Amino acid sequence: MTLMDKAWIDIGALDDIPRLGARVVKTPLGCLAVFRAENDEVFALDDRCPHKNGPLSQGIVHGRTVTCPLHSWVISLESGSAQDSDEGQVKTFSVRVDNGRILIDADALLARAG
Amino acid sequence: MKKKLVIIGNGMAPGRALEKLFELAPDAYDVTIFNAEPRVNYDRIMLSPVLSGEKTFEEIVIHGDGWYVERGITLYKGHEVVEIDRATKTVRSEPGEVASYDKLIIATGSVPFVLPVPGHDLAGVLTYRDLDDVHAMLLAARAGGRAVVIGGGLLGLEAAAGLKEQGMNVTVLHLMPTLMERQLDVAAGHLLEKAVEARGIKVITKANTKAIVSSDIRLGPARVRAVELEDGTLIPADLVIMAIGIRPNVALAKEAGLECKRGIVVDAGMRTSDPDIFALGECVEVDGQVFGLVAPLYEMAGVAALHLSGDVSPRFVPSATATKLKVTGINLFSAGDFADGKDRQEIVLRDAARGIYKRLVLKDDRLIGVVMYGETSDGAWFFDLLRKGTDIAPMRDTLIFGPSFAAGGPADPMAAVAALPDEAEICGCNGVCKGKITGAIDAFSLTSLEDVRARTKASASCGSCTGLVEQILKIKLGDRYNPAAIQPMCGCTHLGHDDVRRLIVAQELKSIPALMQALEWKTSCGCAKCRPALNYYLLATWPGEYRDDGQSRFINERVHANIQKDGTYSVVPRMWGGMTSAKELRAIADIVDKFAIPSVKVTGGQRIDLLGVRKEDLPAVWGELSDAGMVSGAAYAKGLRTVKTCVGSDWCRFGTQDSTGLGIRIERFMWGSWTPAKVKMGVSGCPRNCAEATCKDVGVICVESGFDIHFAGAAGLDVKPTDLLGHVDTEDEVVEVIAALVQLYREQGRYLERIYKWARRVGIESIRQHVLDDTERRRALHDRFVISQKFAQIDPWAERARGKDAHEFRPLADLTRAEAAE
Ligand code: SRM
Ligand SMILES: Cc1cc2nc3c(=O)[nH]c(=O)nc-3n(C[C@H](O)[C@H](O)[C@H](O)COP(=O)(O)OP(=O)(O)OC[C@H]3O[C@@H](n4cnc5c(N)ncnc54)[C@H](O)[C@@H]3O)c2cc1C
Ligand code: SF4
Ligand code: FES
Repeated sequence: MTLMDKAWIDIGALDDIPRLGARVVKTPLGCLAVFRAENDEVFALDDRCPHKNGPLSQGIVHGRTVTCPLHSWVISLESGSAQDSDEGQVKTFSVRVDNGRILIDADALLARAG
Repeated sequence: MKKKLVIIGNGMAPGRALEKLFELAPDAYDVTIFNAEPRVNYDRIMLSPVLSGEKTFEEIVIHGDGWYVERGITLYKGHEVVEIDRATKTVRSEPGEVASYDKLIIATGSVPFVLPVPGHDLAGVLTYRDLDDVHAMLLAARAGGRAVVIGGGLLGLEAAAGLKEQGMNVTVLHLMPTLMERQLDVAAGHLLEKAVEARGIKVITKANTKAIVSSDIRLGPARVRAVELEDGTLIPADLVIMAIGIRPNVALAKEAGLECKRGIVVDAGMRTSDPDIFALGECVEVDGQVFGLVAPLYEMAGVAALHLSGDVSPRFVPSATATKLKVTGINLFSAGDFADGKDRQEIVLRDAARGIYKRLVLKDDRLIGVVMYGETSDGAWFFDLLRKGTDIAPMRDTLIFGPSFAAGGPADPMAAVAALPDEAEICGCNGVCKGKITGAIDAFSLTSLEDVRARTKASASCGSCTGLVEQILKIKLGDRYNPAAIQPMCGCTHLGHDDVRRLIVAQELKSIPALMQALEWKTSCGCAKCRPALNYYLLATWPGEYRDDGQSRFINERVHANIQKDGTYSVVPRMWGGMTSAKELRAIADIVDKFAIPSVKVTGGQRIDLLGVRKEDLPAVWGELSDAGMVSGAAYAKGLRTVKTCVGSDWCRFGTQDSTGLGIRIERFMWGSWTPAKVKMGVSGCPRNCAEATCKDVGVICVESGFDIHFAGAAGLDVKPTDLLGHVDTEDEVVEVIAALVQLYREQGRYLERIYKWARRVGIESIRQHVLDDTERRRALHDRFVISQKFAQIDPWAERARGKDAHEFRPLADLTRAEAAE
């Protein structure tokens, strides 16, 4: 399947997220955290820290990582895995930016629902 | 009756003499000082760091105004004494002030020598002696252009490095074939020249200045345009600094008929030919010798103070002095006499690859001279051997390798320092010996360089002994001292908090990206540790100018509520001084019902916490609190939290003052301020202390006669009672002192460092001096606090209720329905 064959859902404008910030997307199975890194790369992860479910969307974003607001675990935005000596994994979703709009992979979201 | 002591000149020598005198005989004299410079006593040797921008004048002041006030000293600033009348025992200053003396000290220092070449009096030709010279240089440097420094000695090279640092194109002219020839031999002089040139400063040796050439007067007022050398070379210049030497300033003493040769002649008790007149500092001559470094002047000061206090036995004996150049990155050390001579031998070590050169000069098995370039860590050890005249015959073969070899052990760099005796001087600027440093490390459990600086002043001035101090720490603490682990702010930089703060000011850094670029951050955008700290430092340094960066704040401060373990938030409105009303309570009750807030709790800080508010509801909750007149309690902030009070004289049978009213006044004045860590206060109406003020960051205990101000308490992870800062009489003073205290903390505290830790680091005494004793500084700190409050006292809740940062509180998208439809 090529990129274009995939079903993408528009979840908002890139400029709706501050640089080095995040916003929440509500889904039937809990929230997603959508991050915008310094160079405008966008990442989407489950908004649940592998440690104790802290809302990652509320953390401080630096490089391609976020520091969880509750107990400061550092999570990779690319892979969803906990950094340093911590162990844990967050589910990630493909997103892309097209004409200033953020699109998320609908199939992956559905797969999560299923 | 007290005797009258008058001092002419307020430089480093008399400053030290007064310190000693007030220790020995605090009540013996009424002291009056005349100073031609319009300012207090400051550390003249630190002018170069002020010139290069590494320090501010404030930081090099030795005695602030409060110091004089506290000791009842009258200081006439900007009063040059023009006459000493020995018959009537009076002195007269230029503006006409006359003071009579029982004892007089002349400490007029030196005057810089000016080459008497044509054009030496043109505008743009300066000498380098005092703060005014530095200001003039900084002003000239602002326009950029070319500077020519005449004189390649200590002062000239420091001026050149400073002007280069300020962006000027700099040339140094030196008459002799090598730089600093009085302190360095030819080999070291050449190495130095290479190092200076490597910094982009041009050096011309054997340069004999013939004239200073004026600009074309048809084009404006005459000023310097170039320097002309004997061989006809013209060197363009917009600024010329003459740093070719100094002459003892003896004019006044000579006119008064005191015996003068090169300097004012004094005996070993620092007395001039008139027994009631003492002289000390650079203006004197002892045994045919004059002096130009502070170490011997401080010894003179000690002798003079003892004589003035009645002990006439001590004698000043000139001893060898050591020289270091205060130019960052250039290490050189020299001491004693290193001229060649028949009866002298020398030992030389060179390491070309590492740019190291060391030379020892010996006479009769004693060390009489040391020159070191490139690697100077053994300097103190050699200097100690030299001063003591130790017989070095037994270790002669390995002497040049330093103390590690002398001890016969393996080559261990630490051994050099370990081998130093307690009396060995480590910090020449402040006269701190090794024993004092090791003593302070033990007594106050010091663990870092900063701690030692704050406690002992060692390495706090020019910093050239920093390496030695660090080695002492390492010897004392072993593995517990890990400078690399303590110092950097985080993995993104090698700089420590204090360096970053200093550079923010020095380089006028005003945004996080600008700072990271200028200070060579190792990561593209920092981390969760450094960004909040940088955001605070910039905010505190540039109030009103810096734009707060929300993305660099911890979530609580970004959204002005405390995140809870389930991702909901808590909301704590201010209750000024713990007072509330039926109206406020009713509004809170209604809000709890309307938003189905699960928990309502009375906090340990005398107010109410609404716990479990959903993030989306926050702006609406705040809107309603705002309508009822309540503002954010900042229960989440590194800022002012609560001011707890007791009922005080309003109701209580023991109350001495209106503690509730005072607490409310303080809270209303100080809310909204950002600080390095949270700040909690308390005001109790009597020493029974029902508001628990003596374990707060700042606490006030009301007493019959006024107010005791306490600070630096802790009752969290650590528990510690407060220290008493001091007593004041009025509420107005309480408010001013507390604002000054918090401002000083805002300026000096490291991010996340509570007040008690900051106080432990910098010392209670220094804080007390700034915010209590020295009323001028106190006022200035207070005023800076007031300015920053102008921009800080905006209720963040009201702002957000009106729509600010709305994106924070709304999801980007809601797919719950969309997906359900698919
Ligand atoms: C609500 C309250 C407990 C209560 O129910 O009474 C409370 C609650 C919290 N305290 Fe506290 N502290 C509360 C009074 C205190 C006190 C007592 C006091 O203020 O008189 C102390 C001891 C004094 C002190 O500050 O050191 C106290 C020492 C701490 C500490 C240890 C700080 C330290 O440096 O030792 C922390 C942790 C921290 O700040 O890093 C902390 C942190 C917290 C945090 C912010 C934990 C967190 O990061 O989420 C809690 C937030 C709860 C919330 O969402 O409101 N709380 N906490 C009190 C709020 C006071 C207020 O009205 O603002
Ligand atoms: C840029 C620079 C760097 C230096 N670096 C070092 C260093 O690294 N190490 C070191 O040991 N030394 C250094 N020195 C030298 C050191 O600063 C001096 O040795 C020391 O300050 C001299 O102290 P003093 O009290 O004798 O005189 P000063 O500190 O010169 O004080 C004399 C004061 O008397 C005032 N005065 C003069 N005449 C009158 C009058 N008639 N009436 C009233 N007031 C009068 C002057 O205005 C002046 O304020 C440096 C000096 C300079 C300028
Ligand atoms: S502090 Fe003193 S005056 Fe105030 S309530 Fe307690 S006992 Fe009463
Ligand atoms: S929940 Fe994220 S670090 Fe604990």
